[in-house]
Amino acid sequence: MTGRKDVIVVGGGHNGLVCAAYLARAGRRVLVLERNPQIGGAAVNKEIAPGFTVPACAHILHHLHPRVISELNLAGHGLSLAAKNLATIALGRDGRHLVLRGGEATPSLKDLSPADAAALPGFHARMSRFAEVLRPLLTEAPPRLHGMNRGDQWTLAKLAWRLRRLGRVEFREFLRVAAMNAADILEESFESDLLKGALAFDAVLGTSFGPRSPGSVFTLLYRLAGQVEGRSAALALPRGGMGAAVEAIAAAARAQGAEIRTEARVARILVEDDRAAGVELESGERIAAGTVVSNADPKATFLSLLGAEHLDTGFVRRITNLRMNGMAAKLHLVLDGLPSVPGLSAAELGERLVIAPGIDQLERAFNHTKYGEYSESPAMEVTIPSIVDPSLAPEGRHVLSAVVIYAPYHLKQGWEAARDTFAELAIDTLAAYAPDLPERIVARELVTPADLERDYGMTGGHWHHGDLALDQMLMLRPVPGASQYAAPLPGLYLCGAGSHPGGGIMGAAGFNAARRILGDGAA
Amino acid sequence: MAMVREPNSNSRNARVPRGVRVKGRGGVKTYDIIVIGAGHNGLTAAAYLARAGLDVVVLERNPYIGGATVSRELHPGFTYSNCSYVSSLMRPEIMRELELSKYGLQIIPYEGGVTMTRDGGYLASYNDHDMNRREIARHSARDAEAYDRFAIETARQCRFIKPYLMQTPPDPASFKWRDLKGMMDLGRAFYDLGEEAMYDTLRFWTMSCTDFLDQYFETEVVKAHKAGSSIIGTALGPSSPGSAYVLLHHYMGEVDGNIGAWGFARGGMGAISSALAQAFQAAGGEIRTDAGVAQVMVKGGKAVGVALEDGTEVRGRRVVSNMDVKRTFLKTVDPKDLPEDFLRQVRNFKIRGSSGKLNIALDGLPDFPSIPKDCPARQGDLHITDSIETMERAYDDWKDGMWSREPYLDMMIPTQLDPTMAPPGKHYMSVFVQYVPPKLADGPWTPEKRDAFGQTVIDAIAEYSPNFKDLILHVEVRTPKELEDEVGLTEGNIFQGELTLDQLMFNRPIPGYAQYRSPIRGLYMCGSSCHPGGGVMGAPGANAAREILLDVGGWR
Repeated sequence: MTGRKDVIVVGGGHNGLVCAAYLARAGRRVLVLERNPQIGGAAVNKEIAPGFTVPACAHILHHLHPRVISELNLAGHGLSLAAKNLATIALGRDGRHLVLRGGEATPSLKDLSPADAAALPGFHARMSRFAEVLRPLLTEAPPRLHGMNRGDQWTLAKLAWRLRRLGRVEFREFLRVAAMNAADILEESFESDLLKGALAFDAVLGTSFGPRSPGSVFTLLYRLAGQVEGRSAALALPRGGMGAAVEAIAAAARAQGAEIRTEARVARILVEDDRAAGVELESGERIAAGTVVSNADPKATFLSLLGAEHLDTGFVRRITNLRMNGMAAKLHLVLDGLPSVPGLSAAELGERLVIAPGIDQLERAFNHTKYGEYSESPAMEVTIPSIVDPSLAPEGRHVLSAVVIYAPYHLKQGWEAARDTFAELAIDTLAAYAPDLPERIVARELVTPADLERDYGMTGGHWHHGDLALDQMLMLRPVPGASQYAAPLPGLYLCGAGSHPGGGIMGAAGFNAARRILGDGAA
Repeated sequence: MAMVREPNSNSRNARVPRGVRVKGRGGVKTYDIIVIGAGHNGLTAAAYLARAGLDVVVLERNPYIGGATVSRELHPGFTYSNCSYVSSLMRPEIMRELELSKYGLQIIPYEGGVTMTRDGGYLASYNDHDMNRREIARHSARDAEAYDRFAIETARQCRFIKPYLMQTPPDPASFKWRDLKGMMDLGRAFYDLGEEAMYDTLRFWTMSCTDFLDQYFETEVVKAHKAGSSIIGTALGPSSPGSAYVLLHHYMGEVDGNIGAWGFARGGMGAISSALAQAFQAAGGEIRTDAGVAQVMVKGGKAVGVALEDGTEVRGRRVVSNMDVKRTFLKTVDPKDLPEDFLRQVRNFKIRGSSGKLNIALDGLPDFPSIPKDCPARQGDLHITDSIETMERAYDDWKDGMWSREPYLDMMIPTQLDPTMAPPGKHYMSVFVQYVPPKLADGPWTPEKRDAFGQTVIDAIAEYSPNFKDLILHVEVRTPKELEDEVGLTEGNIFQGELTLDQLMFNRPIPGYAQYRSPIRGLYMCGSSCHPGGGVMGAPGANAAREILLDVGGWR
């Protein structure tokens, strides 16, 4: 055994690093073990061609918790934003695009539908009010419902108070819409397909839902609960790519005294006297620690690293039944120049572009996932980060990064067989809006859920480490019995996106886990 | 309906209850209660109110009573349960209190059901747990073991929910004592489940049927057989979150105390409404058929009666609508009598129809070669959908505005157990079809499209029954359009509103109006649009009657 640590964090994803930083700040001797040569988990940069950097997985920052940013002084450690408040531009086939900036009735919306322009601010205000009710929950451990301690009671009491403060009418409306499907509420409120499609896209991105799946309003609210510099649901791009944001967190952790080792793949979690006692690396090296925190997903943590033999049958069954099959692929393109989208200026190309022409198209695209197929007309979230951040590509050239849904992990023909056709399908979809795009492509890469699983160890290639759905949220996340970051095995904790409040580059799971560990007096 | 007596004022005067008053200007009679619609819930509410001594009239627009709980002779010698077709959910306390068996109601329990598979096999289900277990073990030993867990856990959910069926949902946004107490009682009952079960309950209410079943079973046909209950009457697929609850909604019933069992009403479903009507009339109530209500009359913010389609007015101190919430408030009430916000919520109420039905007169018993001759479950529900994927694809068709090309069918031949419904040796077959949209993508329903839809279903059945087509004597095809036109159910939704979490309990039908009252004083709702929702349950009617009696007693 090598030098004993207080805490070992398995996995150097952003949540693991946030957790490590907080624990180190509290004086613990912390070691972070990352299996890849690069820290960051799925929040990393990748050089896909010499001089061209893309965010390998996550590509927009809209959740990194302001408390984490200020308490860890991430700005001092190099975090800076290349864009703070991207607009969302819903691309229209006829060249009439819709610019959305929060709840603003933009001129393009007024042009598209005066009725929707009148309705959007009210809709957005109401949704934001509901999101406000949820926001404080992001940085709290979800309360246990039975055998509550004072903290749980306090959390629930505060939630009840925030709900009551909405007033009778809004409280009732909250209880109604929270479980609704996004399509219904959008159809109640708006007429324009383009607007409804763009908003529905936000509701289903990163989930295994279609817009007509009940519960999709809740994921929309959840998204709105995120903040960038005090602005609700704002979209930001970190300068230097997503990898740079994670480097800042790592720098903060190191500054607090945490040690980070890369290329140190954990083979298993060691158990002694019915508690976690350290880890064994694939190299055979054993490292002892009083506390082990896993940033790996719950299935990997409990079924691979720990082993079912240390757990109750019922708990193992819950973990096995956890739904975590990824639905999104990433498309990366190297471009020898900016493509032109008729109807958009060059500057507007640097915003967040959404291709989701309507609720029905999105729902039909979703239908295929139920049968292990991808859709012939995928929906996409597109960024060209090199427009606002020239460090990512040589001058005059660009990188394009797009999330493409739906790309189900379980694909009938397997992803190796489908990789090229799906990539071409995505490019064709883009080319319908940017006709000169295909001839500008110098290199391309498609990252499938299968790739995500292989490269980053995320089971099912699910970037949230488990579906964000009402039955896998809050005190049900990842599973009852582990929802307060402590695993059923003493000394073992979870700090990844599989725990409340889930994925997105938020850092809240890591923050909450650190607080729980320190509160337990562990380590 | 031969069994229902014509309106007869003598029967009312027989016991001179305190509600009987003949007064008013110009000798116009004012009833204590007017019930709009003689569906089973309207009759249930009316019966309770009449038994409490009120002077009640039920107005029905059709020449027959029963709403969607009817027996009709649409082919000589054959009785069709042409809408609802089986009984389980009717609350036993209502059957007891209204003495429905005294008025001729007999429920004949039947044994489970069968799902036939494409490869010629089958899976049967029975009312007996051990028989079920053995049957599942024929397909998978693991599933048989899981079935024990499944049975215990679903029974626990049923036990938790059941007491709330006959209760008025508390309003979580209210500070009234009864609402606070209601919420506290609900919280306590929830807490008493214990920690694990509490979480399971939360998940159960929010998850999809597919995910729920995946926790237990691995065999496709086992899952498909169970999943059928989760889609009946809904605008959800088995993989849509929230569909697990719909499964439960169909498990909550009982026949003679046998939980989860289903049965036929002897003489067809009309026997239920007939028994209710007789119980009502025995208590002095009056039923008028061919009396369609055109408008609820409101004066000074209070309901004072109704105007019939023929122009006559019926006066009443209170009006109770058994129609669905959209028909009540958008078609029968003057919008200026309602708050704009309420109207908006009524417009947003989700009531998409998704079911169709074929009623078929048969010259003999059709043969289903895949089911053994001695299998008692032949008498129950017969299905030919053997995978969840087929159901999902059927749902995708509905979403796209067409009837399912490969629909989910729930076929029953009640004449195997109830010979009163067809001439000797002949049979009546009820085929419930999921999914059929209320509006087609290629324009409105026409008789041609309706027949094409019927043919789709008949062809599907014929694939599993070689002699089926030859036996057909008469077919009645019902799409959501027929349900809307004949029964008055908006968009042909059999539950008078979708059973999704946003429209259940205190959200049903409209948040803030879940206690059977409306924004108009003296106007109540008693249909399946209200808690606890659809199915021939009678609970909304009984709950509404209780609330009305509270108000009559001076509480409001």
